[in-house]
Amino acid sequence: MQKLLYQLNRDPTVRKRFDADRRVLLDEYELTDEERAAIEDGDVGLLYVMGVNGQLLMHYAALLGQPWDVYINAMRDGVRKHGPVRAGLYSMLKDRQR
Amino acid sequence: MSLVFAGVCSHAPGITGRAARADPKVRDAFYAKLGELRGRLEAAKPDALIVVAAEHFANFFMNNMPAYCLGMAEHYEGPIEDEAWLAIRRRQIPGNAALSRRLIEALLADIDVAYAEEWKFDHGIMVPLNFLTPRYDVAVIPVNVNCQGPPLTPLARAYEFGRALRRACDAQPERIALVGTGGISHWPATPDSGVINEAWDRKFLERFLANDRAALTSYTDEETLRDAGQGGFEIRTFLTVAGATEGAKGELLFYAPIPIFAVGCTVATMAVQ
Repeated sequence: MQKLLYQLNRDPTVRKRFDADRRVLLDEYELTDEERAAIEDGDVGLLYVMGVNGQLLMHYAALLGQPWDVYINAMRDGVRKHGPVRAGLYSMLKDRQR
Repeated sequence: MSLVFAGVCSHAPGITGRAARADPKVRDAFYAKLGELRGRLEAAKPDALIVVAAEHFANFFMNNMPAYCLGMAEHYEGPIEDEAWLAIRRRQIPGNAALSRRLIEALLADIDVAYAEEWKFDHGIMVPLNFLTPRYDVAVIPVNVNCQGPPLTPLARAYEFGRALRRACDAQPERIALVGTGGISHWPATPDSGVINEAWDRKFLERFLANDRAALTSYTDEETLRDAGQGGFEIRTFLTVAGATEGAKGELLFYAPIPIFAVGCTVATMAVQ
């Protein structure tokens, strides 16, 4: 999942394919149903909770055209709705999460 | 010639992308000091500028993550980010492949650096360049220290890398400038974006400006994560600059927390002896 976001963020060709038909593109990556749905829906909050590195996610949110506050609030809502970050670097920041 | 200039500055994308939302007084004071850093850089008449950055998955990913990497291309491209979001236009940035190659060859005697002939800049390099070389008329040599995807290089190694970089620079005929960009304490790209630990930052800066190697390398990543956030891992770029100017002292031009920029905004120089 993170690899998809990495390639999407940096590669205009991947971006074009994502815009044209994201389902076809997503078929090429090993994604769980939850991961796939989160990306198809552009669910930044859930992606954050799943443990996607925030730097990948920040660029992805920018690519989706999300204004800054919408993006920050999406992560806050994600934590409220789905619980603390499940994996990765940010799962260790738990004590700060509001 | 050798290393002719060393400095550090912040690189957070909000510095350009969310400029309109910052308190104009603090923002403009910060921009003015970045302008002063540019003035000092230009006065050093560098043939090339090495930017030691902590990139954010623009080029390197967890499938193959170098601890240290230098660019070795004739030109680079950036930013990878949405241009309107970062408020910086995408463009080509000149490099100097021959100088890169000589630096890498010299470095390899001391430290196992990786190199890359393709490299796209993200905000970590583009934001500093936007202020320091806005005409993009100085050859840039990007250096990345992995500060994003643990396991990370130990702080003592980041300092050693700086020392090796200095030796490599001093062996070249060109006039070389060095700028480190990163941190200090911040929680970027998390719900805590905008949180800044000013006391921690000031203590760190005190150690940095004194070039206190023992104190600078004494932080554990656990402590940094707790007190300075995952963004605090980027102190490695400052340590590299400190290593390259070992024995010299620094001068703080600016420090102020600017929450909408999500970082304690910092501008400093290190004397080059």
